[in-house]
Amino acid sequence: MEESNNNSSASRRGLRLRLHRAWEPFSKAPLLGWLFGFFIATALEQLVGTPLSHLLGLPKIPVLFGFVIILKQPALLPSTILYVLLIYLIPMGLILWLSTPLANKIAEKLLKYPLIVSLLVHVGLLYASLYLWAEINDYRDLILRLMLISIIITLSLNVVNGYMGEFSCSHPGFIALGAYGASVFSVLMFVNDDIFGAPLLPPALGPFMFPISLIAGGFVAAIASLLVAIPSFRTRGDYLAIISLAFMFIIKSLVENLEIVGGPRGFMNQPDWANLPTVFIWTMLSIWIINNFVRSTYGKALNAVRDEEIAANSMTVNTKRTKTISFMFAAFWAGVAGGLFAHVMRYVNPGTFGIQKLAEVLAMVYFGGLNSVVGSVVGAVGFNILSEALRPLEMFKWIIIPVLLILVMIYRPSGLIAFKEFDIAKIVQPKRKPEEEVENAITSD
Amino acid sequence: MPLLQIEHMTHDFGGLRAVHDYNLSIEPGQIRGLIGPNGAGKTTIFNLITGIYTPTEGKISLEGKNIIGLEPHVIASMGLGRTFQNLRLWRHMTVLEHVTLARYSKLTYGLLDAFFGTAKCQRQEAESRKIARDLLKLLGILQFADQVIVNLPYGVQRRVEMARALATEPKILFLDEPTAGMNTEELAQMMETIRQVHSELGLAIFLIEHRMKFVMELCDIIQTLVFGEVIAEGTPDEIQNNPDVIEAYLGKEIET
Repeated sequence: MEESNNNSSASRRGLRLRLHRAWEPFSKAPLLGWLFGFFIATALEQLVGTPLSHLLGLPKIPVLFGFVIILKQPALLPSTILYVLLIYLIPMGLILWLSTPLANKIAEKLLKYPLIVSLLVHVGLLYASLYLWAEINDYRDLILRLMLISIIITLSLNVVNGYMGEFSCSHPGFIALGAYGASVFSVLMFVNDDIFGAPLLPPALGPFMFPISLIAGGFVAAIASLLVAIPSFRTRGDYLAIISLAFMFIIKSLVENLEIVGGPRGFMNQPDWANLPTVFIWTMLSIWIINNFVRSTYGKALNAVRDEEIAANSMTVNTKRTKTISFMFAAFWAGVAGGLFAHVMRYVNPGTFGIQKLAEVLAMVYFGGLNSVVGSVVGAVGFNILSEALRPLEMFKWIIIPVLLILVMIYRPSGLIAFKEFDIAKIVQPKRKPEEEVENAITSD
Repeated sequence: MPLLQIEHMTHDFGGLRAVHDYNLSIEPGQIRGLIGPNGAGKTTIFNLITGIYTPTEGKISLEGKNIIGLEPHVIASMGLGRTFQNLRLWRHMTVLEHVTLARYSKLTYGLLDAFFGTAKCQRQEAESRKIARDLLKLLGILQFADQVIVNLPYGVQRRVEMARALATEPKILFLDEPTAGMNTEELAQMMETIRQVHSELGLAIFLIEHRMKFVMELCDIIQTLVFGEVIAEGTPDEIQNNPDVIEAYLGKEIET
């Protein structure tokens, strides 16, 4: 076919066709297949990662798909690429290529049971792969946990800035309140601390009470959010941006001046409860709950308030209540994320929750996409990986990331994946069968 | 007892008297019209009744209950649905979402049900979707159910507004210029739709309109508003022959 067409447009079309053909087996792979591929890749790394990296002359297993090593020691570029190919790309490609029909069949079988079964299989496979990936070293474990926490933060801010269309800057304040609230609860109850004294409850109970500690942190943030919500939701406009910015600074100087929580020195001694499974479960829970909320009529009311508030009010929507409750809801999740953060780092100080944090959170929301759960996940994961991968560049990191953000804003003004509905039932479905694909191609031709 | 009773309603915007001593009484099942030149205060009257503005003076009662000072969403859930003159649709939402959202006040599930997607929440959501589909079918726009509103032609958008207002289960439907920007063919269709809605749902309708043919054919009683004051009220025939109305629309005949 290519020989008969000599002009360049035809050959370009041929190339596109070939690319399309090469991609075709992958486009038919269901989510289950991808997760399985990733799982095998991480298992492979677990088994042969260390010997292979020695064989290729790498000092140790490349921690972040080789990005960090390439930037630190460019000479190791070929062996790093080879490593990534051998461990991740080739095994994943092979498995996707070979197992797609089987994966589709399994995905279809799973849907015969209640949806929750299929969901648990997918989430379980995801957790297993992430666990194996993070097993390799502590650095991976830490950035993975921080990344999962960023997902909660980004999602919760998206509820206000994306779904409700207001511009809130107070998220670092809510994260701080959650972090300090949960820390105080944990330390007061279960830790022998200099300031808070002997534990009130036996420390052995601690890990089981961790959810309560996080929820307490969340409620502290949610109640404090009323201080912003009540004055600023009487009208629309820029008031929320200004009041919430002020709120963020107030919280920061409040914790700086509270001696009981360590003041500017920070607050430590949080117990080590926020391990990978705990953070993972809370992240999945937050995605599930927030997604349920924004897809319900109460969540859609937020979109209506954003697009035409007067019409929403005239269509029986209690707009004030909608706005206030959603703001509290977002603050609650920011608080939970803060609690997790405090227990991951086992140390918090007021300096963490300043304008830098705000810029980071806003960047993740707007980078990923407004009004979209998937967008927020992509934004948080993408931003975190980027920010870790570029760490060796030091100062240039803060030139490259803003430039990327500007490019996203120019070419996709509302973010990478904006205004997309996230239907959990749809993503776990098997992809179309090959026969249907053929039929479809015939009819479309 | 009339469904909606308004007595001596007056409203000032600062020093400007927008509506003066307005009276209205709508019986169940009536179709009432409100006509008048541009700037006469017709939409202001709609906004006063539906709670967007609060009248300076006067009484408004819906089924004998005072509604002055209530929030628009409370008034709407008491049975007063409306459309807007220049469409106020939610531009990122689909047609079906528009109509289901207007069922907001009819939902009884709590926030926790929404968070965890409980059976109660899912059942009620499915029920609102069904009601919404039925309404879309009644208005002949079911085929657009899953489309985002901004992609749709103007006539369809007008119907979506009507379907949305009907989803609040109104006892009186307020239509603010339902045929604005429509051609003759669309106008005839809209008239048919309003008749159908009126007969099938048995509600009262109060409409603002500029097209005389439309008002004269549909309405039982018409009011003419000029500079915030009602200058004539009566059946279409009476209005058509009223010298004051003719003067307001066409001006005075020059005496020779």
